[in-house]
Amino acid sequence: MQKGHMSDRRKFILTMARSVGLAGIGALIWSSVLEESVHASLLLRPPGALNEEEFLKTCIKCGLCVSACPYDTLKLAAPGDKKPMGTPFFDAREIPCYMCEDIPCVPVCPSGALGEKSVSSNGELDINLAKMGVAVVDPYACIAFWGIQCDACYRACPLLDEAIVLEYERNERTGKHAFLKPVVVPDVCTGCGMCEHACITEKASITILPREVVMGRAGDHYVKGWDKQDQKRVKNARATITKTEISKKSALDSLNDETGLFE
Amino acid sequence: MRYLISRRIVQVSIIVFYILAHLYGLKILEGNLSSSILFGAIPLSDPFAVLQMFVAGSIITMDIFIGALIITIFYGLLGGRMFCSWVCPVNIVTDAANYLRRKLGITAIQKRVYMSRNIRYWVLGLSLFLSFFMGLTAFELVSPISILHRGLIFGMGFGFSVVLIIFFFDLLVHENGWCGYVCPLGAFYSLVGKYSLIRVKHNVDKCTECMECKVVCPEKEVLFMVGKSSQIVNMGACTNCARCIEVCADDALNFSIRNFSKKNKE
Repeated sequence: MQKGHMSDRRKFILTMARSVGLAGIGALIWSSVLEESVHASLLLRPPGALNEEEFLKTCIKCGLCVSACPYDTLKLAAPGDKKPMGTPFFDAREIPCYMCEDIPCVPVCPSGALGEKSVSSNGELDINLAKMGVAVVDPYACIAFWGIQCDACYRACPLLDEAIVLEYERNERTGKHAFLKPVVVPDVCTGCGMCEHACITEKASITILPREVVMGRAGDHYVKGWDKQDQKRVKNARATITKTEISKKSALDSLNDETGLFE
Repeated sequence: MRYLISRRIVQVSIIVFYILAHLYGLKILEGNLSSSILFGAIPLSDPFAVLQMFVAGSIITMDIFIGALIITIFYGLLGGRMFCSWVCPVNIVTDAANYLRRKLGITAIQKRVYMSRNIRYWVLGLSLFLSFFMGLTAFELVSPISILHRGLIFGMGFGFSVVLIIFFFDLLVHENGWCGYVCPLGAFYSLVGKYSLIRVKHNVDKCTECMECKVVCPEKEVLFMVGKSSQIVNMGACTNCARCIEVCADDALNFSIRNFSKKNKE
């Protein structure tokens, strides 16, 4: 009786241990699949989307934004798209976001993964506030940088002369022409992708990329000395001080040390 | 056959309504099985998906919460694990596999692969565990159920390969392998629907112990009372698919409403 009891307990512990072991292997495989799918590629989300990390938690993958899109811009990632499965995205080269004024894709979102707040000012929807991505120009492939006249992206931009401006520059090669170079203003650019869609080169020379990927940050050590407002940032700057044996001695001013120079 | 036909009608028409909503804006049932809007007003959400979102650390909106609550109350109080056999599109695939399995006599000739019914509860736990630690909805990102219904509505991609894998798994590896052993959504609804009202009831007086019901039942354990005692099928794993009712030639199995007061007296 005693022995039977023991073996029952032992059996239970063994079963549990085996289950935990199998679950561990399952977790390993499953998590690596998830990791892969999540970090697979750079993708563009609908307007008003939360940042990618929050978006993946919050999107319930219902596809209501996709159904609401009148231009078939938005798609739900299916297996084989190499994107987090079931989440909405768009390919700007194929069909860009046409920036509907009433933004039909955003209010239908039930989960808050697309937030109305981030695309409205004073309680009214304003698609120009959308930050789906930012356009990046490849100056080597863009023929405007070669000196050939093309302002396709400039003309296609819904924020004409605001999100993309033309920079004029003298063409030294011919001596009598001008370069009309497209330059993106990242603060204004919504990432709608109409420029990428319009680009006339074989593979687009202007591409929309996620903002987190492209945008840099100067940090608080660098401020604009000519801007009073900007100078305040320097107070936030934190220095890292490294202490070593040498730092106990005062610095040796070898450059301005004139001792023995004129003797 | 009438239950089988009604199940197929329900399953197919739900997907058809979703497709019509996506293509033509018909406002009967919009979205997909993860979250939808019924008649343009009532939110419905998959409570298991919402649970994963919550565990992952997302802020649950009112729409989603109410939607999940409606579904939970519906299955928890009324339908039990009905989602699996009356709504889920994977059910059509696995039913086809199991039908073929019976017709080809694979179960009879095959050496049984040992799998525990409890695997699904481990998978359920694992999906919540991974959701929590990775900040993702772990099952929703890989779920074959979602791949299939989303695929049917919004475009399949390579989704058919996933469906085929499940078909062949059920056909060749293990009887009812996916729905009965692995699927965490089924496990979730087994737990949610444990105390639901709609139940199959067995009448032992009429039973001739032919055991046909146990052959067709995808969750054979739930029919432990057949030929032994008159009682309702009270295990959460029963999907209310009514296959046992249809196959019973003696009228010993039928749908009934759980009677809580009677249960308390016993």
